[in-house]
Amino acid sequence: MATELKRTELIFKEDMDCPALMKHVMKMGKDAYLQELLDSGLKGRGGAGFPTGLKWKLVKEQESEIKYVICNADEGEPGTFKDREILDRSTDKVIYGMALAAYIVGAKEGFIYLRGEYKFLATKLKLAIDRMEAQLRLLGVHFHLDLRFGSGAYICGEETSLLRSMEGHRGEPTNKPPYPVQSGYLGQPTVVNNVETFVNTIIIADIGSKEYIKLGTKASQGSKLFSVSGDCCKEGIFELELGLTVQQFVDEFGDGDTKAVQVGGASGFCVPRKEFPNTIIGYEGVPTGGSMKVFNSSRSMYNILENYLIFFEEESCGQCTPCRVGTQQLLHGIQAVKRKEKPKTYLDELLKLAHTMKYASKCGLGRSVGNAFTSIIGNFREEIVY
Amino acid sequence: MKKINLTINGVALKVDEGTSILNAAKSINVHIPTLCHHEDLCISGNCRICVVELNGPNNLVAACATPCAEKMNITTNSHQIRQARKHILELLLTEHNINCIKCTHNNSCELQKLALEYRTDEELFISLRKNKKPDGSSPSILRDETKCIRCTRCVRTCSELQGVNALTMAGKGNKTIMSTFMDMPMNEVVCTNCGQCINRCPTGALVEKNYIEEVWDSIYDSSKHVVVQTAPATRVALGELFNLRAGNSVTGRMVSSLRKMGFDSVLDTDFTADLTIIEEGTELLHRLKKALVDGDKSVALPMMTSCSPGWIKFIEHAFPELLPNLSTCKSPQQMFGALAKTFYAEKKGIDPKDMVSVSIMPCTAKKFEANRPEMRDSGYKDVDYVLTTRELSSMIRQSGIAVRTLEDEQYDSIMGQSTGAAVIFGVSGGVMEAAIRTVYEIVTGREIPFDGLRVLPVRGMSGVKTASLLIENVKEEYKFLEGVELKVGIAHGLANARKLMNAVRDKTIELHFIEIMACPGGCIGGGGQPIPTNIKIRTARTDATYREDEGMKFRKSHENPEVKAIYEEFLGEPNGHKSHKLLHTYYTERKKY
Repeated sequence: MATELKRTELIFKEDMDCPALMKHVMKMGKDAYLQELLDSGLKGRGGAGFPTGLKWKLVKEQESEIKYVICNADEGEPGTFKDREILDRSTDKVIYGMALAAYIVGAKEGFIYLRGEYKFLATKLKLAIDRMEAQLRLLGVHFHLDLRFGSGAYICGEETSLLRSMEGHRGEPTNKPPYPVQSGYLGQPTVVNNVETFVNTIIIADIGSKEYIKLGTKASQGSKLFSVSGDCCKEGIFELELGLTVQQFVDEFGDGDTKAVQVGGASGFCVPRKEFPNTIIGYEGVPTGGSMKVFNSSRSMYNILENYLIFFEEESCGQCTPCRVGTQQLLHGIQAVKRKEKPKTYLDELLKLAHTMKYASKCGLGRSVGNAFTSIIGNFREEIVY
Repeated sequence: MKKINLTINGVALKVDEGTSILNAAKSINVHIPTLCHHEDLCISGNCRICVVELNGPNNLVAACATPCAEKMNITTNSHQIRQARKHILELLLTEHNINCIKCTHNNSCELQKLALEYRTDEELFISLRKNKKPDGSSPSILRDETKCIRCTRCVRTCSELQGVNALTMAGKGNKTIMSTFMDMPMNEVVCTNCGQCINRCPTGALVEKNYIEEVWDSIYDSSKHVVVQTAPATRVALGELFNLRAGNSVTGRMVSSLRKMGFDSVLDTDFTADLTIIEEGTELLHRLKKALVDGDKSVALPMMTSCSPGWIKFIEHAFPELLPNLSTCKSPQQMFGALAKTFYAEKKGIDPKDMVSVSIMPCTAKKFEANRPEMRDSGYKDVDYVLTTRELSSMIRQSGIAVRTLEDEQYDSIMGQSTGAAVIFGVSGGVMEAAIRTVYEIVTGREIPFDGLRVLPVRGMSGVKTASLLIENVKEEYKFLEGVELKVGIAHGLANARKLMNAVRDKTIELHFIEIMACPGGCIGGGGQPIPTNIKIRTARTDATYREDEGMKFRKSHENPEVKAIYEEFLGEPNGHKSHKLLHTYYTERKKY
């Protein structure tokens, strides 16, 4: 029995007057808007889910002449393709969201860190940026926005690596603290937000936090773009309210033979059929940056896991031991079990290793490799062994 | 300073703001294992062996990289922590070439020590070891990637302490390696052979190229006369390799060991250190005269010392435009080599072709220096083999000599006489101090106006030091220096050298004479010295050096009787014809990458 999916149409809504919204925020004042943002409960849409209002507040409170606003458009999570669409279709909302952030925190310069493969968007973005900068000057706001291009490393989607990469260093995560809000790009306080997050800040400026919190659930407010792919009856990008169950999702998008859904890409969780009804998509259940991969019964979970691990083995930055060597061991481990070179019980050793990786790795990459591994081994052990 | 309250393993303590959890734990004698951490280097936090629980389980943080914060509750031992540490060790061991018994660092390897502590006797995971031959292209450093644990200590050393950046991390994920520019062999990159990376490598991935067998072969060849020279800085550090505390000088015991091992003549590099002062001091005075009296604008000032071969290769790569500023004096090692096969051979009636010249150095760059094609002024290779302090200790052990119970012995003569001025060549500021002791006296006829000949302004561990000395009431022939304020600069560690050179190149600093030593602390912190190294150990060696100086009969280079004699009997005069042939050299511009 399928319940109705709550769809929304905010992110791609066409009649939003961004310069007017900017003027509106300037009129209401920095603190008032920041309060709105805090009240909205908006959490970062890149996947980690840090409260956006709090992030901006922390940067605002930093005493520094120079601050930066950076849009993380290095969309690299396997199965995610929504940021490309947003940048293409809602360009203004992204860059005005950044301008809003700059205005609130007191930054004069910003960058869009664009995934290398999205270079085709550069011309369009530059034109929109020129228009925006001119509009803002009319309002007496000086904000300069520029583009930077990623070179294909998955790790550069992690904010500290992104900053290192922008500075011309190896794209490697740095130790936290200090956090980017204290010491980010070139050592200055920096807001780093995902593309979709900036759009949401404009939406909140438009409809206000009271309207916004009507969407979603208490822990997961607002709507979210989902990149739906795999064995589904319809694939593409869909904006849904947060807080739906995987069952609701599968009823709408599955092909009727869904075995599992990978929520949140390679670094996310694999939800098996039996867990569909009681797994909520959102911060109270399985959080996601938007990637939803649907697998039907023709798929081998071993192949899926192996594929993810090959990805991680290559895309680990290689800096910290648990991640660099751990990813290799998980991969070689399941291969050895498959080939009967290691006993079935070796998987238990690997699960312990995945636990260590989850807690001892330096950054979010290493800490999330264990998600897919543990959930696939936990639910589909026989497919790995036989 | 603001104080932070926290608890570690239930013990409440107060620490300064900014203290890492690692150091806070150390302050209450709680030991946390480390691998990528090194006191001399910036924090990396990449090995993760130091993870501790912060405010309860399931929140592990790296103790080295996490500053203490108010009300932190730290646990350094738990089931989860133990498992994480053991896993990390097991993971590193799956990559590591565990041919330990054949490794230079067997018994001194930090990874091995932890593996033993955690009893990683059975292989838990799958071997990821790769076969790759070590890079032995450099005459100084052997780089074995298969032993690397990617801690980046070498890379940080090369960039932070030395500003050289010959070593770098390359690749990512499972292809992450410690590498060089474009993965080129070590002898083709900007490596200065300083060996500081070796001193900080926790495993045997970077070691010195050893020439122990070659030296034994020479000793046991009865047709060869083997002379050995020992550098000033070896004597204050060798003891550490025989379980003596840092800061114990073992000069006499080192001499008797060498003699027992079978070297035919046991001589002292200190002798040519004194000679260097005479030659370099004379050169400085010539340059000053040309500049001040003759108004010759082509004279390159400030003049810079040329004793440190790591520094020489560095300037050849990085500041070729400043090569004319280098003193043309060879380093004491190479002066010694050139004189051993000429002056010494002549005096002792030995055919130089039957001589083998060995030097014991705190340095790996000296191995490269000895192999320079221009270092053959005696007609033969001036110095045949260079051994580090560490290699010497291996040879002593192989000989079964009980260093700690040996009687002190004296160096042979000739070329065995030393002074306090020569001894302090081993520390940063020492060459400058020795030069000042002599030059001031030559110019004024008086001893330097410093209590106990201690030129304190040039001493100490700060990276770049400057000092000035007013020269007054000079002798007639040095009238041109009357009232001149002699300005000197000193830097140790090549990153500091680069700072000073930038200032010299940009003319933002005005100096007459500069001393540079490639290694932190000078030669006492050289790349061939005992491992480990840290500021405490280097300070202890420095103190021992100054103590040695104070105990010497002669403390000024020009008072060395053997130095006086060699000018009378062989060289003629400082910077004279023979000196130029044997004791001076030239430099070569090298590529920047």
